[in-house]
Amino acid sequence: RILTRDSPLALMRVPIQCLRKRSNCIVTSKYNIITFLPVNLFEQFQEVANTYFLFLLILQLIPQISSLSWFTTIVPLVLVLSITAVKDATDDYFRHKSDNQVNNRQSQVLLNGILQNEKWMNVRVGDIIKLENNQFVAADLLLLSSTEPHGLCYIETAELDGETNMKVRQSLSVTSELGDPDKLAQFDGEVVCEPPNNKLDRFSGTLYWRDCKYPLSNQNMLLRGCVLRNTESCYGLVIFAGPDTKLMQNSGCTKFKRTSIDRLMNTLVLWIFGFLVCMGVILAIGNAVWERKAGSLFQNFLPWDPSVNNFLFSAFLSFWSYVIILNTVVPISLYVSVEVIRLGHSYFINWDRKMYCSHSNTAAEVRTTTLNEELGQVEYIFSDKTGTLTQNIMSFNKCSINGHAYGTCTMQKNKDFSSWNPLADGGLCFYDGSLLEAVKTGDLVAHEFFRLLSLCHTVMSEEKTEGALVYKAQSPDEGALVTAARNFGFVFCSRTPGTVTVHELGRPVTYTLLAILDFNNIRKRMSVIVRNPEGRIRLYCKGADTVLFDRLHPCNHELMNITTNHLNEYASDGLRTLALAYRDLTEDEWEEWAELYRGAGRTVDFREDRLAAAYEEIEQDMMLLGATAIEDKLQEGVPETIAILSLANIKIWVLTGDKQETAVNIGYSCKMLTDDMTEIFIINGHTVQGVREEDAMKEEETQGLGKACSLGNGFSEKPKNPTSPTSLLESISGEFALVISGHSLAHALEADMEYEFVETVSVCKAVICCRVTPLQKALVIELIKRHKKAVTLAIGDGANDVSMIKTAHIGVGISGQEGIQAVLASDYSFAQFRFLQRLLLVHGRWSYLRMCRFLCYFFYKNFAFTMVHFWFGFFCGFSAQTVYDQYFITLYNIVYTSLPVLAMGIFDQDVPEQRSLEYPKLYEPGQLNLLFNKREFFICITQGIYTSVVLFFVPYSVLSHATQSNGIALADYQTFAVTTATALVIVVSVQIALDTGYWTAINHFFVWGSLGSYFTILFVLHSDILFSLFPQQFNFLGSAQNTLKQPVVWLTIALATVICIAPVLAFRFLKVELKPQLSDTVHTLLFHQKKRKPGVSLGRLGRSGSHRSGYAFAHQEGFGELITSGKNMRLSSLALATFASRHSASWIDTLRKKKHGNIQNTPSTPPAPNFNCDC
Amino acid sequence: MAASCWPASGFYREKKRNCSARTAIFDGGMMKNKEGEVANRPDNTAFTQQRLPAWQPMLSAGIVIPGFLVIGLVFIGIGVALFLGSQSIQVLESDYTGLNSNTPCYECSDASKKNCTCSIEFTLTKQFDGPVFLYYGLSNFFQNHRKYGVSRDYYQLSGDTAYFKNPSDSCSPYIYDSGVPIVPCGAAANSMFNDSFRLYQLVGGTKKPVPLDGKGISWWTDYNIVFRNPPLVNGSLAAAFNGTAKPVNWAKPAYELDTSDPSNNGFMNEDFLVWMRRAALPDFRKLYRRITQGDYAAGLPVGNYSLEISYNYPVIGFGGRKKIVLSNVSWMGGKNMFLGVAYLVIGSLCIVMSLVMLIVYAKYKFPEGDS
Repeated sequence: RILTRDSPLALMRVPIQCLRKRSNCIVTSKYNIITFLPVNLFEQFQEVANTYFLFLLILQLIPQISSLSWFTTIVPLVLVLSITAVKDATDDYFRHKSDNQVNNRQSQVLLNGILQNEKWMNVRVGDIIKLENNQFVAADLLLLSSTEPHGLCYIETAELDGETNMKVRQSLSVTSELGDPDKLAQFDGEVVCEPPNNKLDRFSGTLYWRDCKYPLSNQNMLLRGCVLRNTESCYGLVIFAGPDTKLMQNSGCTKFKRTSIDRLMNTLVLWIFGFLVCMGVILAIGNAVWERKAGSLFQNFLPWDPSVNNFLFSAFLSFWSYVIILNTVVPISLYVSVEVIRLGHSYFINWDRKMYCSHSNTAAEVRTTTLNEELGQVEYIFSDKTGTLTQNIMSFNKCSINGHAYGTCTMQKNKDFSSWNPLADGGLCFYDGSLLEAVKTGDLVAHEFFRLLSLCHTVMSEEKTEGALVYKAQSPDEGALVTAARNFGFVFCSRTPGTVTVHELGRPVTYTLLAILDFNNIRKRMSVIVRNPEGRIRLYCKGADTVLFDRLHPCNHELMNITTNHLNEYASDGLRTLALAYRDLTEDEWEEWAELYRGAGRTVDFREDRLAAAYEEIEQDMMLLGATAIEDKLQEGVPETIAILSLANIKIWVLTGDKQETAVNIGYSCKMLTDDMTEIFIINGHTVQGVREEDAMKEEETQGLGKACSLGNGFSEKPKNPTSPTSLLESISGEFALVISGHSLAHALEADMEYEFVETVSVCKAVICCRVTPLQKALVIELIKRHKKAVTLAIGDGANDVSMIKTAHIGVGISGQEGIQAVLASDYSFAQFRFLQRLLLVHGRWSYLRMCRFLCYFFYKNFAFTMVHFWFGFFCGFSAQTVYDQYFITLYNIVYTSLPVLAMGIFDQDVPEQRSLEYPKLYEPGQLNLLFNKREFFICITQGIYTSVVLFFVPYSVLSHATQSNGIALADYQTFAVTTATALVIVVSVQIALDTGYWTAINHFFVWGSLGSYFTILFVLHSDILFSLFPQQFNFLGSAQNTLKQPVVWLTIALATVICIAPVLAFRFLKVELKPQLSDTVHTLLFHQKKRKPGVSLGRLGRSGSHRSGYAFAHQEGFGELITSGKNMRLSSLALATFASRHSASWIDTLRKKKHGNIQNTPSTPPAPNFNCDC
Repeated sequence: MAASCWPASGFYREKKRNCSARTAIFDGGMMKNKEGEVANRPDNTAFTQQRLPAWQPMLSAGIVIPGFLVIGLVFIGIGVALFLGSQSIQVLESDYTGLNSNTPCYECSDASKKNCTCSIEFTLTKQFDGPVFLYYGLSNFFQNHRKYGVSRDYYQLSGDTAYFKNPSDSCSPYIYDSGVPIVPCGAAANSMFNDSFRLYQLVGGTKKPVPLDGKGISWWTDYNIVFRNPPLVNGSLAAAFNGTAKPVNWAKPAYELDTSDPSNNGFMNEDFLVWMRRAALPDFRKLYRRITQGDYAAGLPVGNYSLEISYNYPVIGFGGRKKIVLSNVSWMGGKNMFLGVAYLVIGSLCIVMSLVMLIVYAKYKFPEGDS
C-alpha cells in the first residue's frame, strides 16, 4: 500500500522490501546467550594485553622453554577475562532490559481500519499510528492529520536536540482532511524519500497520492523521541522505524577517551617491556656464557637436552624462559585493578549525597567510569552559560518608571498580591510597596508601563482551570515581564489574532491588535500597535535602550538621562535591561502607515528589508515610559564555585552562544570578571574584519591579534603592542580577562594566528567567548588541548554543548533541565554547576591521589617480586629457575597483594573532604602531575629493585651456610623459596601499611587478611593431602612447617623487612619535615587538632562598576506573525475573531527561513548535534 | 554500526560503553517514574559517603624517632646475642678435592682411580662440644639449575610402581638405560654424592672409630611422607625393583644403598634423601652424620683424629670443590656470622638515623613551633 523508497541519490542502498519489513524494534544489546562467549572472547582477545598473555601461555606449553607451569598464567588470565566478561554481561543485561522496556511500549496502530494497541516493536514501516497528547513519538512519522486546525501539531524535541521551545509541525493540506480512522484506512499514497540519515533538521521526500505529487519536508515529520504537546491527537505514517529513525541514526558512538594517566601508564608499560627484554637479553647472554664455561663441563651430572645441544640455542630458549618468569613486572592484574578502582570511585560519585539535587531529584551520575583520576588534573574548564551558569529563569527584579526607580530596597520575598489581585501569580519574587501604591493610586505612567508589558509581547495564555492562567512564553524574559504586569493588576488574559484582552485592575479591556512589529536581532526591539476600546491608537515598544533611545522624542531628554543612570545601575548588578516607550498615533498616521505596511508585506522580493523599513518609519518620536531589569538567575552557588575553582588554579572559560553584553554581564555576576582586574580585553569580530580589510594581508597575518584588540561597543580597550614579545606577555603582572566574539574567534583559530591567541589567553585569568557556534566551542577546546597540553573539562546542558563535551578530556552534562542530549554525550552528569567543585576538588583530587598511590605501589610490588628472579639467575646458571614456588607466583598478584592495594586505591584519603574545599591549593599537585610521573615511576621501581636486592641477598647471605638447630642444613631450595616469599609478602604488606593513609576497617581486614591468607594458603599448599594427591605438583610438602619454625628464618625476615622499610620511613619523615607538601601540612594541622580559619577568601563579592548591558530579547523572531495569522489559535477562540489572512500560507516558510538565517547568524541556535560523530 | 567505530585501544580493553548503550538510556530514560520525591537520593551511609571511621596514621616525630631508636636498640641486642652465639660455635673445615699436591686427597683426584681412599689427619687442641655434625660441602655444583630441579619423578619416589615402568619425561635424559627404565630416574638421583667418611680418634697409635649416626639427618617429612619404597614383593625390596635399571652413575641399585638397615634402604635411604633435597645455591653443604653416641656424645675430646674418605665423586671436571666440615650448633643453628653482624650494623644505622632525624626535626620544627 505504502512504499518507502530510496531517493535517486542513493538508489538501491536499502532494498525496498527490506525497508518495508523493518520493524520498530530496536536492538542495542551486543550479545545473546549463545553468542556471548565467542563474541566476548573475540573482543577481549583483540586487546594487546590479553593477546600478550595468551602468547605467554603458548610459550609456557613448550617444555624446553616453560620455566613456569601453564597455570601461573592461565589463572590470572581467566580471572581477568571473566571479570571483564561479567562486566560486559551486566552491561548487556541492562541494555536488553532497556531495549525491552522501549520495545514494549504501547502505541495505537490503525490495522484494517480499526485502532489497535500494539507494542512499539511491532510497528512497521507503512503503518499508520495515532498519537495522543504528551505521548512519545514511536518512530519517524509523516504527519497525516491532527485534531488541531490546519493540521498543525506541536512537539517538544528536547530529547532529540535539547531545545525546549515548542516546535510546530504541519501536515500536508491534502492529508489533513483525513481526520477519522476510516478515511485514513483508505489512504494509499506512496512515499519516496531519502535513505535513513542522521540529519535532524532535514528531510526530503515526495508523496504520490491520487496521481499528484506532494513534496515533503522536515516540517511534515514527527521524529522518534519527540513528545506531542498541546495537541489532542494526531495520525502519522511510519516512514522510518527502529534503527532507521533519526534518533537511532544519531546515536553514534562517542570518541573513546583515555586519561593522561592511561597514556603514561601505557608508555611506562612499554618501557617495562623494553626493560623486560633487556633483562632477558642479559640473562640469555649470561646463560650462553655459563653454558659454555660451566654447563658444558657439568654435563656429567646435568647433560644438555639432545635437542638443545649448543649454548647459543640454549641462550635463545633461556631468553624466552626468562620472559615468562619476569613477565610479572607487567602483571595482567594491573589493568583490571585500575578498572576496579575507577569503578569504585565512580560509585562514590554516584553515591554522593552532596552532589544530589533534591530539587530535580537527580543524583550525580558517572557515565564514563574510566576518567575519574583525570578529574584531579583539570586545568581548564569550559562552561556553557545558559542553563549551566544560569538557571535560564528570568525574574523581574527592578524597574524604573518615569524616572523613579522601584525595587531597589531589600526584597521581601513572595509578597502576597492576591489580597487585591486574585489573578496574581505567586511565583513572582518582585515586590515594591511604593510601586503597588502608585498603581493603586492611579499613577498613569505606571499604568501605561504595565499596560505596555501586558500588551507588547508574543506570549500565549491558557486557562487551565477556572481563573488559573498559564502563560506560554517564547523566551523566559517575556514571561517574566508579562507576569510582573499581571501581578500589578494588568493581567493579560487572552488573545485572538486581532485582539488582546487584558484585565486592567479587575476590569476586562479588549484591545484591537493592529500590528505586531516583530522582534529581530538587528532591530533589537518589538512593538505592537493597538487600538483601545475608546478608539485611540497607540504604539507600544520595548527594546534595547541603545536602540530605543535613538528613537525617542526629544522632549524625553531629561527622563532619558535619569533612566540611563538607572539602567547603568541595573547593568552593574548584572541585570538584563529593557527600555519601554509608547507613541500615540492618529487615525491618519495609522492608515497611512498601514498602507505602507501591507505593501511591504505583500512584496516577494526583499520583503524583510521593506518590512524593516516600514517598522523603522513608525517607531519614531516615542515617549519613554521607563525601563525594566530582569535578573538572569544564576545557578545556586556559581560565584562561590568559580572563586574556589580559580583559587585551585583552574582557568575558567565561558563559551556561549549568547550576545557579548549578556555574556559579559554574567561574567560579572558570577565573579569571573571583577573590577579589580587590570584590563579586560574585548576582541570584537567586526573589528578584526575591519582590520583585515584595511591592512595588507601579510601584515595582518603577523600582527593580526594585536591590532584586533580594539574598541568594541564602548568597552575598555587596551591595544597591545603588536611587536611585544611573548616573554613580555608572560611577565605582565595583574589579572586580565578576555572577551572574544565568535567572529574574531574564527580568525583567532586560524593556523597562523592561533599561537598568538593561545599566548594571549594564557595570561588571562578569565576568558569569555560569546556568539560562538557549537563547532567553535569544540575548536577552542581542541586548541587548548593541542597547545597547552592541559586537561580540559567542558560543562554544558544543551545540545549545542555536545560537541565541546565530546571534545574535552572530560565532558560534564547538567542533568535534570533541558534535553538530555548533553548528558548523553557527557562523561559525568549532575544537576548543578556548583557540584563541579566537589567533583573536581574532592572526588577528582582523591581519585588522582589514589590512582597515583596505587600505581606507585603496584609497580613497586611487582618489581620487588620479580627482580628477585633476576638476581637468582646469576646463581642458578641462568637457567630460569624461579625463586618462589609456582603457586606463590600465581597467587601473589591475585590473592596475596591485590586486595590491600585495591582498598587503598578505593578508600584512601589524605585530607578530609572539607579541607580540599577549604584549601583549593591542594588541587595543584594534580595539575602539575606531581604524584605520578616518570620521575615518581623511577623512584618506585628503584625502590622495588632495592627491595628485590635485599630480599634476595639477605636470605642468600644468611641461609647459605646456616643450619637448623638439629644440624640439618637450611640452604635447601624450598626453604630459601619459602623464606624469600614470606619476607616479600611481609615487606610489601608493611609497605602498603605505610602507604595507606586512611585505615578503615576494610583496609585492616584486607591487609591482615592478605597476610593471613598467605600463611593459610602456604600451609595448605605444603600439606600432606595435596601432596598425596598430586606429588609432582605439590612437592613443597613440609617446607612451610620446617622453615617457619626456624628462628633464623624469622630473624632473616625481620632483618630484610627493616632494611627494606627503614630507609623509606626515614626518607618520608625527612621529606615531610624538610619539604612538606600542602597536604602534609593540612594533615599535620588536623593531626594536632589545631583550629585555624580556612585560609581562603571566597573571592571578592560585590562590586561597583558601570558595565552597561545592552540587552535584547533572547527569543526567536517570527512569532508575531504566527499570532497575527491566528494559525496557532484554537478554533473556539478563532470563531470569535474575523480574521483575514495576510500572508497565511507563507508564515511557516518565513519562520523557517528566519530560523535558518538565525543559524548562520546566531550561533546560539543549535544545529543538528551530529557533526562530530563520524565513526 | 558498533564494531567499526571502536578505536583500537592500547594495551587493555577499556570500557567500551558502546554507542548503543547510550541510545538505550536515551530512549528509555524518558520514562522517569515520578514516584517518590527523593527516589534517586543516594543512601546516607558512612560507606557511600566515604565517611567510614578510619585511623589516619601520621609519620610524626613522636613516633618515628623513638621508633627508630627502639628498633636500633632491639637490633643491637639481637645482634650481640647472635654474634656471641655464633662466636661460640666451633667449625672445622677441610677441602679435600685434592687439586694440589700438598692438599689432602691429591692422590685420589685422578679420575681414573677407582675405590680410592684417603684420609685427613687433624688435631683438636680444645674440646669440640657436642653434638658435633659432619657435613660434606660441594662448590660450583648447580643443584639449583632449573633442569636439574625438575629432573626427578615424585611418583616414582613415593613408591608408585606404575611409574617404575614409565618414568616421567621430566627425568630426561635419565629415563631409560638401554631400554630399561631407570629407578630412581633423573639427573638429581643420578648425581647422588657417593663419597663416604669414617672418623677415627687416634688413641695411642690405634684408630678408635668415632660412631657416626646417620639417623634423622633428613627432613622428617621427606623420610616419613615424601619418599616411600615400593611395596615389597615377596618380602624383598630388590624384587620390587625388578625390571628397572639403576641410575647410570650409581655403583649399586637403590635397594642396596644400605643393606644393613632395611629402614634406611631404597628410597628411604637418608643419604639419598639429603641429596635429593636440592640446595638453593651452587655452594652448599649437606649433613652427613651426627656424632651423638658413645664416648663422643658430649663432643670430640682433645686429641688427634683421622678422617678416612672413600673418594668417588668427581668434581674437578666441572671446577667443583668438595669439603668436609665438622661443626656444632647453638640455639640458632650453625655458625652464622653474617646475621649477627648485619643486625649490629642495621641496629647502629637505625640509631644514627634516629639521631639525624632528631637533629633535623629540632632544627626545622622547633623554631617554627615557637613562633
